[in-house]
Amino acid sequence: MKIKLISVTALLLALPFYAHASAVSELEATYQAQGAGPFSAAAGKALWTKEFVDAKSGKKHSCPTCHTADLTKEGKHARTGKIIKPMAPSVNPQRLTEVKKIKKWFVRNCKWTLGRECTAQEKGDVLAFLKTL
Amino acid sequence: MKRKLLFTSAAILTIAMFGISGIVLGDDDDDNRSRSSAGYGDRSGYSHPGPSGKQYDPAYSRGRQYDPASQRSRQKAPGVAPVNNLQYLEECGSCHFPYQPGLLPARSWAKVMGNLDNHFSENAELPAEDGNILLDYLLKNSADNSSYKRSVKIMNSLRPGDAPLRVSETPYFLKKHDELTPKMVQNNPEVGSFSKCEACHTEAARGSFSEREILIPNFGPWEENEEKERGERDRRR
Repeated sequence: MKIKLISVTALLLALPFYAHASAVSELEATYQAQGAGPFSAAAGKALWTKEFVDAKSGKKHSCPTCHTADLTKEGKHARTGKIIKPMAPSVNPQRLTEVKKIKKWFVRNCKWTLGRECTAQEKGDVLAFLKTL
Repeated sequence: MKRKLLFTSAAILTIAMFGISGIVLGDDDDDNRSRSSAGYGDRSGYSHPGPSGKQYDPAYSRGRQYDPASQRSRQKAPGVAPVNNLQYLEECGSCHFPYQPGLLPARSWAKVMGNLDNHFSENAELPAEDGNILLDYLLKNSADNSSYKRSVKIMNSLRPGDAPLRVSETPYFLKKHDELTPKMVQNNPEVGSFSKCEACHTEAARGSFSEREILIPNFGPWEENEEKERGERDRRR
């Protein structure tokens, strides 16, 4: 009985650490169902740092524009200056834990950065990259 | 004896009911007054389907955040009603100052929320169900549905039907900020734009924008700056 209690508590305590793994694997499964995969952290990193020219303003947009080059550090919204918490799950355990949130920001930020939605492959690659941080 | 008791309780009930309806009617009167002064009405030609599919009724949940029973406390409410919706704080506040709904009329919020894919040149798209929840919150607490001081003043400065997208475009805002120099705002590295309320209004997050609370980065409290400005202007004359 006591052992059971301890193991349940241990499991519950461990949950936050697995949270990002479960949200990411859920999304990976979705992307795979759409025909994408396997995912590559290297490709994700390349996309993350690639610069795209915004069709309207002519300005260069990339993920580090707001998130900065060091993902363990805070970023800053390019327009409003609002602080963006670090992207790396190692320093910000809340990152990559909510499927809904990940989806929302992929829509917004892919459109801002690339000028279009990301493909399932691109999203899977980016997640593969971010989860290693 | 029993009958007398019945009568008395009936009388008390009747009085109580009249009393309550009196308060409710009083509330309605206030709604009408502030609505007509706010210029809200059919002229805007705006109707909100809302998540429930119901037509939007401005009287529906007006001013419930603070003591609705006391007219006096309502009129005294300073600033704008603070944000009391966590989802709004999270969704909107993750990118910018979470502007209180009482800073713009309902018709402005409807425009803003209808254009989230081009939100001041940014993409702020939301799943429809979340967008509708936030829109509903914004509409129910908009400036034309609030009796907080600044909300009323903002509404009074607008022409009927005006639907500014920015708080900084409202005549009331412009008038209140006309003494500021670009050095204090646009060219001030710690401010940069009039959109950053909280950069100078230290209590902005609480919905309070009083002059006493203004602290302009690299300049100091507004009240001192105001005196300096005036002195310089007088000297030039």
